[in-house]
Amino acid sequence: MSEHNIPYSRRLFIRHGVALASMATTIPQFIQNSALGMVAQLAGNPGGAGLPQDRILVVVQLGGGNDGLNTVIPFGMNEYYNARPTIGIPAPSGTAKGQTGVALMLDQQRGLGLNPSLKGLKGLYDDGKLAVLQGVGYPNPNRSHFTSMDIWQTATTGAKGNGWIGRYFDNTCNGTPIPEGSISIGRTAPLALNGQVQKPISFESAELFRWLGKDLHKSLDDPYQQINRAGILPETTQTSQAAFLMRTALDAQLGSDRIRAAVGKLPLTTWPQSEIASQLRIVSALIRDGMPTRVYYVSQGGYDTHGGQLGSHGRALQQVGDALAAFQKELVAQHAEDRVISMVFSEFGRRVKQNASGGTDHGTAAPMFVIGSKVKAGVHGDHPSLTDLDQGDLKFKQDFRGVYANILDEWLKAPSAKILGGTFSKSSIIKA
Amino acid sequence: MFEDALKPLPEKAFDYVAAVHLLNRAGFGGTPSQARALADMGLNKAVDQLVKYESQPVEPVKADLFDNSIMSPLTDEQRETVRKARLNNDEEVLAALQRERNRKQSEDRKQIAELQKWWIKRMIETPRPLEEKMTLFFHGHFATGYRTIEDSFHMYQQNQLFRKFATGNFAQLAHRIIRDPAMIKYLDNDENQKSKPNENLARELMELFTLGEGRGYTEDDIKAGALALTGYTFKDDTFYFNNNNHDTSTKNIMGKSGQFDGDGFLDVILARNECAEFMAGKLFRFFVNDFSGDMSKDQKAFILAMANKLRSSKYELKPLLDAVFSSAYFYSAQNRGAIIKSPIQLTVQAVRSLRTPVRELSALASATDLMGQNVFFPPNVKGWDGGRSWINTSTLFIRQNVLVYLLTGRKPDMYEWQASDIPFDATHLVDHLRQPDGSVDMASGIEYLLRFNLAQSPSPLRLQQVMAFAKSRGERLDNDRIIAVLALTAAMPEYQLC
Repeated sequence: MSEHNIPYSRRLFIRHGVALASMATTIPQFIQNSALGMVAQLAGNPGGAGLPQDRILVVVQLGGGNDGLNTVIPFGMNEYYNARPTIGIPAPSGTAKGQTGVALMLDQQRGLGLNPSLKGLKGLYDDGKLAVLQGVGYPNPNRSHFTSMDIWQTATTGAKGNGWIGRYFDNTCNGTPIPEGSISIGRTAPLALNGQVQKPISFESAELFRWLGKDLHKSLDDPYQQINRAGILPETTQTSQAAFLMRTALDAQLGSDRIRAAVGKLPLTTWPQSEIASQLRIVSALIRDGMPTRVYYVSQGGYDTHGGQLGSHGRALQQVGDALAAFQKELVAQHAEDRVISMVFSEFGRRVKQNASGGTDHGTAAPMFVIGSKVKAGVHGDHPSLTDLDQGDLKFKQDFRGVYANILDEWLKAPSAKILGGTFSKSSIIKA
Repeated sequence: MFEDALKPLPEKAFDYVAAVHLLNRAGFGGTPSQARALADMGLNKAVDQLVKYESQPVEPVKADLFDNSIMSPLTDEQRETVRKARLNNDEEVLAALQRERNRKQSEDRKQIAELQKWWIKRMIETPRPLEEKMTLFFHGHFATGYRTIEDSFHMYQQNQLFRKFATGNFAQLAHRIIRDPAMIKYLDNDENQKSKPNENLARELMELFTLGEGRGYTEDDIKAGALALTGYTFKDDTFYFNNNNHDTSTKNIMGKSGQFDGDGFLDVILARNECAEFMAGKLFRFFVNDFSGDMSKDQKAFILAMANKLRSSKYELKPLLDAVFSSAYFYSAQNRGAIIKSPIQLTVQAVRSLRTPVRELSALASATDLMGQNVFFPPNVKGWDGGRSWINTSTLFIRQNVLVYLLTGRKPDMYEWQASDIPFDATHLVDHLRQPDGSVDMASGIEYLLRFNLAQSPSPLRLQQVMAFAKSRGERLDNDRIIAVLALTAAMPEYQLC
């Protein structure tokens, strides 16, 4: 293992030894935690390269309600084309209408294809790195964007309480939050990452992760750095709010140095240009840098396709598909592929029947994607019936909480029943 | 013993720094001259002015300040059109209806953004800071979020209700909140019927609003409480008691038996000792000390004294707030700088105390959201956790940068705010230190600025660092230099305390 593959904290530990663990006032919390973790590890606790503490989950949120039926195309079902006379995507063997093209073949026997814009995902599928989970949803579906998104993010049908990933951290961190445990690339952190104890950090770009005051005059930088890097001042009580703030300020400076340096490095591979691609590029840079982060969260909007959806939906899918393919390629180049899986979801799918404006209205169940070299690639579960509908909407086949449970249990090695407050039937999507 | 904990501060101990503390905690801070005026009044008058604020004239809030018709329910006629269109599968009509719904929702989202700006502006400008601060307290306490309500006028009505009862009677407010359309919608009480009870409101009423989790009630009490609340719903913008859906049976709630309705249920709760203690604890964290970790002995004694006060005044809040703000304990060293400013406190206090330009209200709303406190959008029914949960490595930068924006008008490239070139005249902050020739001694000016802006005495090291910087830039404490000193002060970790 070359040094750049070892997490930063461990590198520091190797260089500086156990002494780090005792320098409570000057060492930032995240390094301290990791150093203490190392001590525990050396003392015989399980854990090591490739085991869960090195594993990373990347959540990709598609906002607005992604039209599942035009993402994974059930070209084998005539009802699909009856319900979508003008926006149905032709079968791979069919004739392209206009510029949209024909479905990319996923599974001939099941009659399933991918939206023609999803060439990126098709490549991952052919490489055995894409799991397609069909008909994912939940009971008594809610068709409000906000509420349904909250349901997915809290993993409760009441859409109340903390986020499911926040609860995952709460359950593993023994009352002490893990700084930089979860990072969202975006304006504000999603509810999913919010725990009772664990709070996410979020930033839109690494440029925002710094103090702007020094742009006023360069002479301000020195005193600013002195102030924020001083750690806990000698006269300050260790347990006070002031001490907490001083320590966090030091963490912020080091985090900023590190994140900006990491993101400033050229990636190992070429990337497409899009908002979602630059978010995933930041994530790949942070992974490469060995951040202690376990969960990253990125999101893309534009899926609320009520009218004239063929073009706009295709563009959104192409961006996310190409970005995910580029992300995977970058991970391969970093030799980090086996440590990372990505999970793609949206708050709901859309109605089976297209509407009068060449679009689709809010619906229910839809496919999810899970990507990585460690996922059981292929199509999981059956496509929901297009005739046995609930008020014109698909009946879900797989509760999304079963997917979460599987990822928690088998990827993050965390007790899903405790975190999700129940057990949910699941098909295993993680390789042993 | 209780009275002992609330022992008042000796009049002579109420100095300038104590007045700053009072202004920050009972409100959102004030300028040096306001603090001086308050200190000159003496403790009793100063507290009176803040607590008995009715004497301060304020712009009245008009009921029709916001449009109540945007999300008004469909008329019978419209409903018939929908029904027919669904029956006939009339796609064009259905699509038109959907478009209309989308249009209304987008208009309403604009109105909730206006409401946010209106409230932040009010907090900045009001001569009754405690009124707005308690309104903010109740917004976090009876947390209700627009995401679920999707009706900005209902959020506005609720905000007005909190303002009306800001320092009024908590028990009366509790009776009003179970009739509040936003609350009823948020906690699903519009679906609470005797044939299929919904426990959401009853549960949160006990767990989060009055008693505290697991304090003296059982699951059976929640079930009985839910039945008492059946039929409490709303029509358009007003409370509506649906007699047909109300359960009139005899209920047992926390050892009391009766044909309780919602009010009867509340009376049982409010009579419990746990209720006053729970509210005292929450107010303590909001006004006195949002400590992390275990409660100390003296904190416990003070909270019990507060609870006692609340009980003896039958939930009137004024006597309690008066006693807290007059107490020696409130001003003691351990409670100075013992609260981490909420994003609203940070922002509003900066404008009020430094008198920076307001710049752009939408930018301030956006900034508080980035820092984790989007008003009218609390994260969940528990409201904002507050305390240390406000702070992490990303929010700390945002906090520092929001102050740079207020002080200078500079904004980060990627934020969707307008940069602002309104100049900030900061010289008024040191006016009282001017020598006959109009100049201000650098050392005493800087020491004063740090002392005024930090909730605790500045550390000698910090003073030294700022002084070294200022001296390197010349000998005069002019406006630019004051702003630079303020930008550095606001970037100190301890600036987040109040």
